[in-house]
Amino acid sequence: MADPMKIRAQMKGEIADIRVLMSHPMDTGQVKDAKTGQIIPAHFIQQVNVSVGGKVVVEGQIGAAVSRNPVFGFKVKGAKAGDKVVVSWTDNKGDKRSDETVIA
Amino acid sequence: MDKLRRTLLKGAGGALVAALAAGVLIPTRVLAAEWNKSAFEAKDLASALKSLGASAAADSKDILFRAPDIAENGAVVPIDIVSNIPNTTSIAVLVEKNPNALAAYFDFANGAVPDVSVRLKLAQTSMVKAVVKADGKFYTVQKEVKVTVGGCGG
Repeated sequence: MADPMKIRAQMKGEIADIRVLMSHPMDTGQVKDAKTGQIIPAHFIQQVNVSVGGKVVVEGQIGAAVSRNPVFGFKVKGAKAGDKVVVSWTDNKGDKRSDETVIA
Repeated sequence: MDKLRRTLLKGAGGALVAALAAGVLIPTRVLAAEWNKSAFEAKDLASALKSLGASAAADSKDILFRAPDIAENGAVVPIDIVSNIPNTTSIAVLVEKNPNALAAYFDFANGAVPDVSVRLKLAQTSMVKAVVKADGKFYTVQKEVKVTVGGCGG
């Protein structure tokens, strides 16, 4: 199981600003290990879901071109302080992680 | 009167339980689902766009696209995209010179603003393209990002 995500959700005026930092190697499968000369197999997050107050707001599909330890920023209208934010991801090896916070 | 109300409440409650049991109310499957393998594994920009159905995307000035002119480190290139086109439902980011052009694709619903920031790897100096889908039509904007150190292996 990967390390927990860091999620920050804040109301900025009428819009909730959500920022997520995920902990993931995001290996592309095109880089060789410097020591062994073996190709490091692809290992990257493929799907990212964000829901606010129980409703899915963003559903993302990402490729290996997203940087190691991905950072995403999203904005949501119609949310309010205290709403629960749930972020989850699934990678190409089937690993999953889901973390949550509340909008401040 | 009171009896009718009770019957109605009971009926509604029963329906909710049935819906939950059938998995109808599981929230994660509201939008389109599967990882778009053909689009993400496309080797060049044209075939990635084709897989997204966005070959005929028109240039638009209503997409704000923020990316650095020069990225010192191709492994972490911050990109911000904001679509001001009404009824925007999704945003895709593509890097022309990467081994797989499509980098990320986001669908928005339930009040999400089409405003996304993401950090990408760039193999080399390349055009970075944002493709926005609004009302079933595609719009695009692009910018060249110069990379001094590549992000894939380097």
